[in-house]
Amino acid sequence: MNILQVYLTLAAVLFSLGIFAVITRRNAIAVLMGIELILNAANLNFIAFARFGGMNFSGHIFALFVIVLAAAEVAVALAIIINLYQNFKSINVDEAQQLKQ
Amino acid sequence: MTNIVFWFFVIMTITAALMVVLSKNLIYAAIALLFTFLGVAAMYVFLWADFIAGTQVMIYIGGILILLLFGIMLTHKITSVRISHTNVQRVEGALIVAAIFVGLVWMINFTPWLKVTTQEPLQTVHSIGTLLMTDFLLPFEVASVLLLGALIGAAVLARKET
Repeated sequence: MNILQVYLTLAAVLFSLGIFAVITRRNAIAVLMGIELILNAANLNFIAFARFGGMNFSGHIFALFVIVLAAAEVAVALAIIINLYQNFKSINVDEAQQLKQ
Repeated sequence: MTNIVFWFFVIMTITAALMVVLSKNLIYAAIALLFTFLGVAAMYVFLWADFIAGTQVMIYIGGILILLLFGIMLTHKITSVRISHTNVQRVEGALIVAAIFVGLVWMINFTPWLKVTTQEPLQTVHSIGTLLMTDFLLPFEVASVLLLGALIGAAVLARKET
């Protein structure tokens, strides 16, 4: 498929669903999944513009860095969530206000 | 044939993403996230970014998704009903998201995008490696320091206080 708009629309769908998960989910891990969807949408945009903007590899590099940052982010976020669970026996983001009791 | 495969992956990605957002069972959501990542990796292949597709499969599916599954299983009793978490404020959220989506689609379809026709590159890994070692050397090194910091930070945060 050689149409830029198709990829951008798919990225827009993923981005909107990710935002929906972030603002409606109560479980912290489900919110994290929404953030992963948003990052994937951004990556898809980077790669699509790299492909249709004259095969510029800078977009690929940016996508690689986004993937690396996502890995670091998910590790720290899960550590925080597990800490939260140990302290409050719940990972409901509506109830979580502090990391220590 | 290519078109059929392409639209199959597009539909698979969107359906799986919908399941990630709406599924009440978090394990199902995580498994659906796997198919979303796979679909996005397939999009990368269609966009001539084979190395990024491989990285996506290895890091997202092999690393991040496994971490998320560990997170789910460490914070729930697997058989309890508390594993099901519904959404709150669905209607308001859906309205906001629909507004964002309509705006994005409007922008995508009415912007005169620059169109550059190019040939498919013979290799991508060589160019990416060269760029990482020349133009993007500093971000590359900073990313490695960041990964080290995230590793230590996660270990310090998750360990039990003694």
